[in-house]
Amino acid sequence: MLEQQKNKSESKIIITVSGVDRIGIVAKIANILAENKVNIEDIKQSIMQDYFVMFLLGDISQSEKTFKEIKEAILKAGEELQMEIWVQKKQIFDKMHNI
Amino acid sequence: MTYINSDYILETIDMIRVHHLDIRTVTLALSLRDCCDTDVKIVGEKVYNKITKYAKNLVSMAQEIEEEYSIPIINKRISVTPISLVGESCKDYDYVYLAKVLDKAAADVGVNFIGGFGALVEKGCTRGDIALIESIPEALAQTERICSSINVASSKAGINMDAVLKMGKTIKKAAELTADRDGIGAAKLVCFCNVPGDNPFMAGAFHGYGEPECALNVGVSGPGVVRAAIEALPDNTNFGDMANKIKQIAYKITSTGELVGREMAQRMNIPFGIIDLSLAPTPEIGDSVAGIFQAMGLEHAGAHGTTAALAMLNDAVKKGGIMASSHVGGLSGAFIPVSEDAGMIEAATRGCLTFDKLEAMTSVCSVGLDMIAIPGDTPSDTISGIIADEMAIGMINKKTTAVRVIPAPNKKVGDKVVFGGLLGEAPIMPINTLSSSKFVQRGGRIPAPIHSLNN
Repeated sequence: MLEQQKNKSESKIIITVSGVDRIGIVAKIANILAENKVNIEDIKQSIMQDYFVMFLLGDISQSEKTFKEIKEAILKAGEELQMEIWVQKKQIFDKMHNI
Repeated sequence: MTYINSDYILETIDMIRVHHLDIRTVTLALSLRDCCDTDVKIVGEKVYNKITKYAKNLVSMAQEIEEEYSIPIINKRISVTPISLVGESCKDYDYVYLAKVLDKAAADVGVNFIGGFGALVEKGCTRGDIALIESIPEALAQTERICSSINVASSKAGINMDAVLKMGKTIKKAAELTADRDGIGAAKLVCFCNVPGDNPFMAGAFHGYGEPECALNVGVSGPGVVRAAIEALPDNTNFGDMANKIKQIAYKITSTGELVGREMAQRMNIPFGIIDLSLAPTPEIGDSVAGIFQAMGLEHAGAHGTTAALAMLNDAVKKGGIMASSHVGGLSGAFIPVSEDAGMIEAATRGCLTFDKLEAMTSVCSVGLDMIAIPGDTPSDTISGIIADEMAIGMINKKTTAVRVIPAPNKKVGDKVVFGGLLGEAPIMPINTLSSSKFVQRGGRIPAPIHSLNN
């Protein structure tokens, strides 16, 4: 049971996208995630100091790709969109900010 | 239930991107006690095979984890059983040869430092210990990745003044044999009092006697994060609230280290050892412990009040970090190396941070006199005097203290040494020129102190 929970939390990723707002950012990222069978569980976005910021919670457990391959695909899209993108396993945030 | 907490995400990314939060080192600690033999070549073969077997995935695993959490893991390192023990069984001692083997093994698995070329001699030296100490200058000059540490004192045993005398000479010679590189040999050599056997940080890392076959120890860092958090507080924040803020940050830093350590250990299929929850600076701007003193309200490191600031910082870091990890160890606390901290370098260059003030600070910091460049013509007996003073502080206060000074060959006050990388650069600091010779040459041991009547 514990092992299952651990695997579950290991498969969650957080994607943070920031940069100048433009048309098609969400569409492009979502498209790449769909291609890689990453399920989007939650999205939050806002404009902060004229910058577009988006946070996306994804689940990679159904994907046939490795974390590294998925990350590379997303970062490549980030370059094309000229956006800064961070792709991290969610565990780092859970561990750092919860007691 | 899973949800997105954007504040937490932005805070974490800012800590990494802006304030240099990183995992300073993942150190594979490995016992070499089963590598003894009467033939030094066979010892070398066993040592090489064991290190390359256990550490073959260390660097790639660390890189994989770096990728997954987007947190830099700056150093991948190895610490081993004190080599004096491993080489002592040989019929003919050849510790320089063993140093070269360790160096090659470290290079072949891709780590930048391997620690443990040392001995524990707080109460006395065996023949092997003496042979090892005498081989240190040559070993450090002929290798790149070896770090050496000698424990010459403890609160239980007192101070081995014969070893202190010997180490003064050894440090001086280690610098002289690497004169073409500003005496870098001495930058990889450290004397300890109360040395911990699970420290992942160089130059003092080694795998202690009571440790298991192998373990993964992690050293965290983050002075820049602490500084930023203090700077964000209102100017009139009192010490209690400031200490609480440091504790919160230390918790966050340490729990990240715990996550990385446990993941690494699991993937390498070895036990997780300890987290060393240290504030270890780098020469990068903003990654400075001296910068924390400034954020606290001191004009610069060295001002009156610096020792108090460091005492509070060191204690708060431990209090915050200890709850975030099941096993804390090593040197945990705040490091105050001079050459590895941009703020300390500046303070020392301006003359506002003196050698004597640094010595006072070591009574409350986590380690000791660290990475301090002194004039090349400093007599070895004076270096022994420096070591004796520092060991006394550790022995009486039941804490770890250390000395890593670099008597920079052909350099005098006003010059500087440049090592590059994490070892940084440092101005040559003036030291007291009065003679310590007659004192340090008396020989024998300073007896262990009484552990009551704590006045």
